[in-house]
Amino acid sequence: MGDELLIKNGHVIDPANKINRKCDVLIADEKFVEVGRVKKPVANVIDATGKLVVPGLIDIHVHFREPGDEEEETIASGSAAAVAGGFTSVVCMPNTTPPIEDETDVEYIHRKARQARKTHVYTMGAITKGREGVELAEMGFMAQAGAVGFTDDGNGVQDASVMLRALKYAQMFNVVIAQHCQDDKIAGKGVMNAGYYSTILGLPGLDPLAEEAMLWRDIQLVKKIKAGTVRYHAQHISTASSVELIRAAKKQGLPVTCEATPHHLLLTEKCCAEYNTNYKVNPPLRTQKDIEALKEAIADGLVDALVTDHAPHLQSEKELEFLAAPFGLVGLECALALYIKALIEPGILDWPGLIRLMTEKPAKIIGVDKGTMSKGKQADVTIIDPSVEYKIDVNTFRSKSKNCPYHGWTVKGKVEKTIVGGEIRFSA
Amino acid sequence: MAEKGKTKEFKWQRKHLLGLRELTAEEITYILDTAQGFEEISARAVKKAPPLRGKLVVNLFFEDSTRTRNSFALAANRLSADVVEFTKKDSSVSKGETLLDTARNLEAMGIDIVVIRHNAGGAPTLLSKYINACVVNAGDGFCEHPTQGLLDVFTIRKRKGSLKGLKIAIVGDISHSRVARSDMWAMTKLGAEVTFVGPPTLMPPKVEQLPVKISYSLDDVIEKVDVINMLRIQFERLGGNPFPSVREYSHYFGLTVERMKRAKPDILVMHPGPINRGLEIESEVADGKNSVILQQVTNGVTVRMATLFLVNQAAAEKPAEIQNG
Amino acid sequence: MKVLLNAKQIDSALNKLTNRIVADIPEGVEIAVIGIRSRGEIVAQRLAGRLSKKIGGEIPCGTLDITLYRDDLNSPKSGSQPQVRTTEIRFDIDDKIIILVDDVLHTGRSARAAMDALIDLGRPKAIRLAVLVDRAGREFPIQADYAGYKADAKPGTLVQVLLKESDNKEQVIVE
Repeated sequence: MGDELLIKNGHVIDPANKINRKCDVLIADEKFVEVGRVKKPVANVIDATGKLVVPGLIDIHVHFREPGDEEEETIASGSAAAVAGGFTSVVCMPNTTPPIEDETDVEYIHRKARQARKTHVYTMGAITKGREGVELAEMGFMAQAGAVGFTDDGNGVQDASVMLRALKYAQMFNVVIAQHCQDDKIAGKGVMNAGYYSTILGLPGLDPLAEEAMLWRDIQLVKKIKAGTVRYHAQHISTASSVELIRAAKKQGLPVTCEATPHHLLLTEKCCAEYNTNYKVNPPLRTQKDIEALKEAIADGLVDALVTDHAPHLQSEKELEFLAAPFGLVGLECALALYIKALIEPGILDWPGLIRLMTEKPAKIIGVDKGTMSKGKQADVTIIDPSVEYKIDVNTFRSKSKNCPYHGWTVKGKVEKTIVGGEIRFSA
Repeated sequence: MAEKGKTKEFKWQRKHLLGLRELTAEEITYILDTAQGFEEISARAVKKAPPLRGKLVVNLFFEDSTRTRNSFALAANRLSADVVEFTKKDSSVSKGETLLDTARNLEAMGIDIVVIRHNAGGAPTLLSKYINACVVNAGDGFCEHPTQGLLDVFTIRKRKGSLKGLKIAIVGDISHSRVARSDMWAMTKLGAEVTFVGPPTLMPPKVEQLPVKISYSLDDVIEKVDVINMLRIQFERLGGNPFPSVREYSHYFGLTVERMKRAKPDILVMHPGPINRGLEIESEVADGKNSVILQQVTNGVTVRMATLFLVNQAAAEKPAEIQNG
Repeated sequence: MKVLLNAKQIDSALNKLTNRIVADIPEGVEIAVIGIRSRGEIVAQRLAGRLSKKIGGEIPCGTLDITLYRDDLNSPKSGSQPQVRTTEIRFDIDDKIIILVDDVLHTGRSARAAMDALIDLGRPKAIRLAVLVDRAGREFPIQADYAGYKADAKPGTLVQVLLKESDNKEQVIVE
């Protein structure tokens, strides 16, 4: 019994199970049944000749603006954008209005996601009440309700004693504490990287030190909490020095992971020269040297997840002067192509390496049983055409917001189908 | 009369003046040469000429500034243009119209030139992309103040003939100074050697990548320069206590009579105004024989006349491109 | 291209202008010469020199830039862009007879602009227009008080005055 789906003749890449060859994938009852040569006749067949067949992609850093800013994005529109981008699971950040800071908020997100019926939507909860960095939020109840981690993203936790307390407390719950590393006193009113361009454009600069200082501090705190199950995750690292801090932390065996975004691998501060607010992002676009360091870190295996930090904003908000416009750009629907451009084409990663950073490893960071095609696991699959060339067109995006600087870029690699729990939820 | 056989093929093509960074030395020189032709209008009995007759100039000032606003208004009036003042003390977006909405509304009323001062670098650039009127930057955050840069080099050129090889010091809060930046672009493009002088806490990021020298000591520099431009310490802009006290700042970076004794006898003393007497410059120096501060004010009107004239000329040659409403 | 006047003929035209202007000056009235940039300026300087010699004393000479008074600033022809230059009149024009000088009188627009400019500078006793060449093609009701040479040029042709100070030759041509 149970719906059967056979994906035939594709090139299957399942890094967790060390599969990287042409074979078939059989799904039944919403679960993986077999990965190999499947001879049995099946009614529903997808011919994946010439395509890559990978575990559903997982993005552990997105912003869906529900509740509070539904005109920018809802969980429904965001989920639709996610599956169009090949993502079968995403993790929402809690900086909604109101923020996600108790179990009913977590349940709300899950319910909306179920109604949308597109991608799996997980959520992180806020570390502190109101994300104000003073009092801890109810991590226990949120974890029980299914929150996969905690972060005050948008803000960093400024007070070291509060962060220490959060890390200690989280040991009870086997969750990841993620940090948007930004020391506000150093950052000041910065709106772009502090450097030559911020100087000649007359814009307040955001010193890289703001990110590095907090990252360094957090690593010292993690060190103090020796045994225990707390895991620390540095979000969207952007500088060469941050890379070095991560390298040193991992060398010492600390439970520290980190993630990177496409824009920090493809764009530099020079992009802001025309004051185009689609290049205004936090952490800001840095220099070519930082890009090289991040790419090297990815090649060395120091980076654990590739994310989008999908941040929708209305056109009217982005049509403000650079100083006043909100930070962020959308990216769910072009992320894969951008990562191909940044990492596959220059040979920094091979396909199994890339897929691992978008499936198996992010799943481990948030502690969910996904990111693989192991027998019996829920059948989330992404089918990719790796060689088709096309131009990114924001007008085809399913996201409500189009604040994206990549419009018109010529890229390679497109998602053909996205399958969630054995059901085709997106077809190109 | 015939204007044939001109050796110069140069044409002024910019309908906006957003900054001096993107201008060539030839363009800057052209504005200065044009300004020379406007000088006598301000000096004669009938202080008016008709080239902008029937044109509407809007002073869109989101930051307080009587002197620059008046200077532009005077310049526009002397060219027979009509001027509308539009000051918005609070440019905070949350309190009302966005910059673009304000501009689009003005354009719907029929304006030809917008002179804008705003606290955000890039605001004039944003405007220029969305409206058809000419945009003249009267100061955007700490990015540029192009007409100030132009009037500064015009003043120097009048007194010294040429800027080539001149040594010029700009003293003060460089990190937040749009005057310093516009001056730097204009002066270096015309061949001068510029030194930024100030405390390390008031130097912008990567200042060493700019085409200037840097010094933390006014005493080191005062004997060597032909021109010194004292910037106003703007208390309203300084955040986070970059120097311990006004007293200490004056001591190290004030232009005193004592320091002037060590300067070249024909040094030009400049200041964009308004002066904080006794703070960055002593009264006797500001009013002394080396000071060209008042001439800067006169030249400001002249240079702004040339600016308004030129952007209008360029606009007359270009059709309106932006569809609004 | 046809040569209307050679160097010698230009010289005699200037002489003719000088004599006629001198004959017209009433007793006890001061005159001054103002040339319209850019070739009018050169003709004015030559004329002022000859007038000074004939009358005695130094006849003041100035240069007027009329760019700001042109009527075509807001509807430019493609290709050309008028450049603002300086007006240099270092004397008072009040109560004097101003001899306004240009090289060619054609449509009359330059003379109109020049008169508007002069009125903003002061109140002359009279303005008299002296041109080296007066050609047909008026678009405004302007006449030359003194003309060195009357050219019967057809519409669509261009009469050019070339002078040695600016063009390294002395000719009036039509093309």
